[in-house]
This record gives sequence, C-alpha cells and structure tokens, in this order.
Amino acid sequence: MPDITNNMQFIPLSYYIAFCTALFAIGVIGVLVKRNALIIFMSVELMLNSANLLLAAFSAYRNDPAGQIFVFFIMVVAAAEVAIGLALLVMIYRSTHTIDINVLNKLKW
Amino acid sequence: MNAIIAVSVLAIIIMFFGVMRKKSILLPIILLGLPLAFFLDIRDWGTFVHYYNEMFIADNFGIAFNALLIFAAFLVFMFANLYYKVVQRPLEDIYALFLFALVGAMVMTSFGNLIMLFIGVETLSISLYILAGSKKFDIASNEAAMKYFLTGSVSTGFLLFGIALVYGASGSFNMMDITNYITEYSTMLPAMFFAGMLLIFIGVAFKIAAVPFHFWAPDVYAGSPTLITAFMATVGKVAAIAAFYRLASGAFANVHLHWENTLWFFAVATIVFGNLSAIYQDNLKRMFAYSGISHAGYMLLAIIALGPKSAGSLLFYGLAYVVATTTGFAVLMLIREKNGTFSVEGFKGLAKNNPIEAFAMAMAMMSLAGIPPLAGFMAKYNIFIVAAQSGYLWLVIVGVLGSMLSIYYYFKPIVAMYFSDAEPQPKIETGISYKIHIIFCTFLIIVLGFLSGVIINLI
Repeated sequence: MPDITNNMQFIPLSYYIAFCTALFAIGVIGVLVKRNALIIFMSVELMLNSANLLLAAFSAYRNDPAGQIFVFFIMVVAAAEVAIGLALLVMIYRSTHTIDINVLNKLKW
Repeated sequence: MNAIIAVSVLAIIIMFFGVMRKKSILLPIILLGLPLAFFLDIRDWGTFVHYYNEMFIADNFGIAFNALLIFAAFLVFMFANLYYKVVQRPLEDIYALFLFALVGAMVMTSFGNLIMLFIGVETLSISLYILAGSKKFDIASNEAAMKYFLTGSVSTGFLLFGIALVYGASGSFNMMDITNYITEYSTMLPAMFFAGMLLIFIGVAFKIAAVPFHFWAPDVYAGSPTLITAFMATVGKVAAIAAFYRLASGAFANVHLHWENTLWFFAVATIVFGNLSAIYQDNLKRMFAYSGISHAGYMLLAIIALGPKSAGSLLFYGLAYVVATTTGFAVLMLIREKNGTFSVEGFKGLAKNNPIEAFAMAMAMMSLAGIPPLAGFMAKYNIFIVAAQSGYLWLVIVGVLGSMLSIYYYFKPIVAMYFSDAEPQPKIETGISYKIHIIFCTFLIIVLGFLSGVIINLI
C-alpha cells in the first residue's frame, strides 16, 4: 500500500485534477449529446469514476484513508444505480423496441 | 436514529408479510408503524446526540424534519388503499420501497458528513426511480422513470465531483471540519473549493427541482403513478430542502458571501419560471410539478437569508406544503378514478357530487396560493419576513409577485368545481381512511395558520 501511495504521489496533483476534470467534462458532454441510452449510462459512469479517481488521488496525497473508503461507497451505489438503469432500459425496450431515448417524448406540454 | 431503525425494520416486516401473502394487513401495519416511528423520533427531542463519528447528527432540526417526513409519508399511505383498489397482488415491494425512500429522506435531514448526504440522496433516489416506473406496462410511467433516472444520476455525478473537490481542498468529509477549515483559511481558499461547493449545490438543486435544474420535474411528475408523484412531491422535496439548509448552514455558512448570489439567481429564476409555466398547464399533475418548483423557490429564500428563524420557517413552510399538496393529490386521484383525466375539465361539478372533497381541494389550492388566514399564507409570510430581515428586499418583492401570479392557476380547479355547470353524477365512494385523511388535512390547513408561531419557534 505505501508503494502505491508513493507511486501516486510521483505524479503532480495538478495532473490528476486536470485529468479528472477532463474525464468529468467528457461524461457531461456525452450525456448531453448522445441519444443512445447505453452510451448515456457509460457517460454517467465516466462522471462517477472521475470523481472516484479524484478522491483516490487526494486521499493518497493527504495520507488520509477517508477518501478511499468513500470510493468504495460510490462503487456500491453506482453498481446499484446501473442495475436499476438497465432494468428500466429493458422495460422500455419491451414496449418500444428501441433504446434510443428520442422515443421518450410522450410527456410534454 | 431510533426512528430510522424503526422505519427500516417496518419495511422488512412488510416484505415478510408480503411473502406470506397477507395482503389485508400490510397497510394497517404501516399505518400503525409510522406513528410509532414518529413517537420514537420525537422522543429524542433536545438530546443532540452524534452517532458514528458525527456521521449522523440527531439535533432538533433533524428530529423536527424527520417527524415532518414521517407525517408526510403517513398522509400518502392513507390514500394508498384507494389508489391500489383494483390491484390483486400484495404490493409489498411498492410499500417497502416507499419506506426505504423514507429512510433515505430521513438520513438526508440529519447528516453530519458529506458521505451520509450522498448515501441519503441515493437511497431516496434509487427507491424513487423504481417507484416511478412501477406501472410496468404504461409507456408514460416508463418514460418518467427513465428521465428521472438519467437526470438523477447526472446530478449524482455533479454532487460527487463537488464532494471530491471540497475534500481535496479541506481534507475532510466532516461538516464540522470543513467549517473549521473555512474559518482557518478564510482569506486564501483555493478555487477548487469554490468549484466543489458550487457543484454540490447544483447536485442538490437538481433534487429540489430549482430552475435551471428543474426540467425533469414536470415530465416525471406527470408520468409517474399519482401516489408516487404525491410521495415525490412531498417527502422528496422536503428532504432535499432540509439537506440544502443543513449544507448551507452547517458546512458553508462562513462563505455565505460567495454562494448567496448563485442561490439568489436560482431563487428568482425558480419563482418566476415556475409560476409562469404553471399558468399554461391544463394537466393538474404537471401544474403540481410547476407549483412544487415555485414552492422550492420560496423555500430557497429562507436558505439564502440564513437568519435565526430560517430553520423554523422552513419547517412550517414544509408542513403547510405537505398538507396542502397531499390533499390536492388525493382529490386529483378521485377525479382520475371517475373521469380518467387529469385535466381541469375533470373537476366540473365536483362541488355538487362530493362536497367534502371539493371543499378540501378548494382549501388546499387556496393554501398553496397563500390566501390568508390559511396555513400557506402564514408560511409564505414568515419566509418573506425572514428574508426581509436579512436584507433581501428584492427577493421578497419577486416572491410576492410570484405568489400573486400563482393565484390564477390555483383558482382554475376551484372555478371548475364551483362555478361551472355540469349534470349531477353519481357520488364517488371512497374508503374510510381516505375520508379521514381529507377531513384531517382540511382541518390542519385551516388551523395551522394560527399555530405558525409555535412551530416556527420549535427549532
């Protein structure tokens, strides 16, 4: 474990922040631009995992385990969330035979 | 803490009896168990216990809001019977998910650590995603669930990234430590900290449906089954508002200067846009969604003001909003039973057929619009007083103008019920718990207006 921490500290912290921000931005853009529900799920996962990486990096730099513990919480919740999301996707596929979210336009004013 | 354990155990008991196929005793168990949880909750009053290294703080604010949330869930369960009248299966999964969502909401009001905020938000949201899609073969319900899920998980992403950045700056998830960090380094806080704080606020603003993060609310409210919409609009919203207040007052109170302008913008946009959009709605469920959005705007005023009476006036506002909204949804459900429509047209002639329900609906709408001396008026009045005392006069003016606009759309169903001709139709039969709910809520709407001082001074 100390080796990993040392290896992580070998790279400057600002690199981690820039990388994670870029990953997060790609996730947000993916959610906004893409119309395929599965790709949107992937983009959401990218957003969550950029937060995970950032937490792990901060945790290594501060020698504080709390951040890494939180990463486990996020992983568990993200898994639960994806399970729900895929179930909803299957439900929608059954009634519309597509996973393009543009079919979801029945509700508007 | 005991209340959370009680509600969780109640949910497990419900699932157990569901497996045993005891359909008829599920609702009675819940209607007995929730008052028990309520009692366990208020028994901790004034103790200020911290659990698990300040992860969970049982202070009076949390206890009062938890009591309000349990009360709201109880009101929703009182008309569950009518909604699921024709369903044959025991429905233990639906009821258990309601209760688990309630547990998440209760965690959100009393977190002392950003990890617990995340866990609470997710417990509430994940349960609500499933509930929103619980009408499996209804395309509107599917669509609502999917939209709720996508926007909800994006907001989770924002919240998490914000928490990560704040952790990076302050080195802790504990709100007390974050406050200490802010006071220690108040002159040289890094940009990372402010970015993180903004992202956390955006994540929670998604949950309270504040403009510009409100776009999911009308679709989700309109598509979900009515009972779930009622639950979402009351428990979900009040819990998110309480979480917002706790964040603002607990962790970020000392950098008030840096976030007040952002929230100022949120509040004005929410009040103006919520009320203006609600005017065009014919579908009452969508109208309730926009009404919920604009009420979130009024409640934001108390959070921005952050005065000594903010928490109390928020509690009272939440109570008035919960009572009036559940009544509105209960009557709306009755209309749906009879006419198969959610539009204002469906309310025609209700005053002749079901005078009690029509009166309850009229009272609820007038309370939401803020007609004196009903509960909604006193709630708005107190919020505006709090905001004005902290020097936010412009916000108060926007709020007053907004609530004047709201009178137009809240009076549409009243006009349809009382002042339009319709041939008399057979009276709709409702269950006993539904009647008790309607009469009790109407009583509360009228009486609470005179008790506002007592409730506001509680916390």
